[in-house]
Amino acid sequence: MTTAEQTQSPPQPLINWRGLWQNIVQAALSVVLSLVVGGILLLLSGRNPLEAYESLYYGAFGTTDRFTETLVKATPLLLIAVSVSISFRCQYWNIGAEGQMILGSIFSVWVALNITGLPTLPHLALCFVAGALGGALWSLIAGVLKAYLQANEVITTSMLNYIAVYLLAYLVRGPMIDPGGFNFPQSRLIPDALELPRLVERTRLNASFIVALVAAALVLVFWRSTWGRRTEIVGASRRVAAHVGLNIPRTVLLVAGVSGALTGIAGWGEIFGLHFRLIEEIARGYGTLGIVVALLGGLNPVGMVISAFLFASLVVGGNAMERNANVPFALVDVIQGCVILLVLSRAYLFKRASSS
Amino acid sequence: MNWDLVTYSFVVGVLASAVRWATPILFAALGEVFTERSGILNLGLEGIMLMGALSGFVGAYNTGSLWAGVLVAAATGMVMGLLMAFVSVTAKANQVVAGLGITILGGGLSTLLFRLFFGLRSKPPTIKTFGTEPIPLLSEIPVLGRMFFSHNVMVYLAFVLVGVGWFVLYRTRYGLALRAVGERPEAVDTRGLNVTRLRYSALMIGGAMAGIGGAYLPLANLGLFWTQMTAGRGFIAVAVVVFSRWDPVRALVGALVFGGAAALQTALQTLEAPIPSELLLMMPYIVTIIVLVGVSRRAEFPSAFAVPYSRGEG
Repeated sequence: MTTAEQTQSPPQPLINWRGLWQNIVQAALSVVLSLVVGGILLLLSGRNPLEAYESLYYGAFGTTDRFTETLVKATPLLLIAVSVSISFRCQYWNIGAEGQMILGSIFSVWVALNITGLPTLPHLALCFVAGALGGALWSLIAGVLKAYLQANEVITTSMLNYIAVYLLAYLVRGPMIDPGGFNFPQSRLIPDALELPRLVERTRLNASFIVALVAAALVLVFWRSTWGRRTEIVGASRRVAAHVGLNIPRTVLLVAGVSGALTGIAGWGEIFGLHFRLIEEIARGYGTLGIVVALLGGLNPVGMVISAFLFASLVVGGNAMERNANVPFALVDVIQGCVILLVLSRAYLFKRASSS
Repeated sequence: MNWDLVTYSFVVGVLASAVRWATPILFAALGEVFTERSGILNLGLEGIMLMGALSGFVGAYNTGSLWAGVLVAAATGMVMGLLMAFVSVTAKANQVVAGLGITILGGGLSTLLFRLFFGLRSKPPTIKTFGTEPIPLLSEIPVLGRMFFSHNVMVYLAFVLVGVGWFVLYRTRYGLALRAVGERPEAVDTRGLNVTRLRYSALMIGGAMAGIGGAYLPLANLGLFWTQMTAGRGFIAVAVVVFSRWDPVRALVGALVFGGAAALQTALQTLEAPIPSELLLMMPYIVTIIVLVGVSRRAEFPSAFAVPYSRGEG
């Protein structure tokens, strides 16, 4: 197989046991190298990187509380990564997770606040469905434009992110503002009964964590279904897919819809498990994090569970680091960028390193 | 809505502001025309613009010279372009994902470096921006004079670069080689030209231009830097390039369309239009999608677009 073909074919087979060990080693090396790059930046600015990273580590794992907080952060990351893995495997470059998460949050909160008289469980289920629907519909805007009008989805989904951010800003200041909230930009609280149960007492870890794990498991089922196989063929080569008579636009719509729904569910989980109301920061930063988690995890569910956990610890630890060691959280963003670029070039870099 | 404000002078002012809004996007789009002509899609423009904004600001702040800021921004953009070239040309990685990586890195790095340079302050550091310098005679033409010839020097620089870009692309051997390498890299290779070097150079030109485009915001417009201040302009520039059909002159037209949408949005806010400001702020992004949809079906990408080149595997 030539190098050109390697880079053009979809990243890896779903679970490639032979390459798995190598992938893990290379992924780990990518993360370590990224941490080193971040450390060098800190060193150059006259700070002590070891102190910073110690503070980061303690912030993420220091106590049981910190550890459950890491799992709390891992929840939306895993859901979004699963969403990203589906679209990226189809070579449909949906980078609109932030917008889709926002729309999922808006839809689910609207249902929670405006539909009354339902028993708790059906009501909660309806909120869940609304969240998935909101994300899916927002994602399908770009999907339809791609499938039938060839509009580049990277641009449309990124534009839709900005539009969603302003839409949310409008809603929490206007039509959905909390009347008793002293004009603070947020919605009313959802009814207490709809709050997701906690998994560990006195922590924020809640049932949405289970939902994320189930989604990661279900995606395995998806890839083994007819639809999953079609998606994979369309991703591998549009030409082959057309040749064997697959409906490419319809596959793109499916992928856009499913990935949007998963991201919408991430929004639902954040609201019903953590914030209990719409706030402006509901999705901030999650879009890029989800992409990094998906790529570092090799777009396969097991890898993504591990990398979601890793990046959740970086986020939780990074916040603690900013508070305690006065090192900007943006260090974590730099590490994200480095990880993507290293993961992408690893075939080239590490092949060189091992052959010389 | 306050219609009384709509005077001749106001309308011309809106048109002039459209040109200023268009300028940073135009810089980035011009560079991306070169990059895409060579067969590489650089979706990292957003991150490169942010690095340009940061480095241009820091350069100007420390030297006291705005032009030094422009140069630093161009150099920084070039380094970012070089990084993109390594990942996409040498390591032959997927260009979409590589571009996202550059965007994420640029966003993070610009924020981090700003904090490391300036720390947390109650008042943000500021610089004095390029002032308006009307061009004698030309600026006195009705409407067009204020629209195109009463701006800061960076706007004029962008206009000049449209011409330079057109000339280099269509009238030089380098431009010919660049266009060929995006269509038939193997033919260029057999002629003894270096495909890798050509694509590296195109990405470095694109990076430098995106860096200058990013630097426009702090150096010519705001006098400040803030996190993610480019607000999607890098992605809009990529859309402008599709609109331009990879032509520098049409890129100017495309950038003006988006500049117009942005200027109209601010004008409507000034006129106290009965539309919430959050919804008005969406306008440039909605226009981007609409225009992109309008041109995408007819767009003919370079034949070897986004395909890494490896010798002897055609």
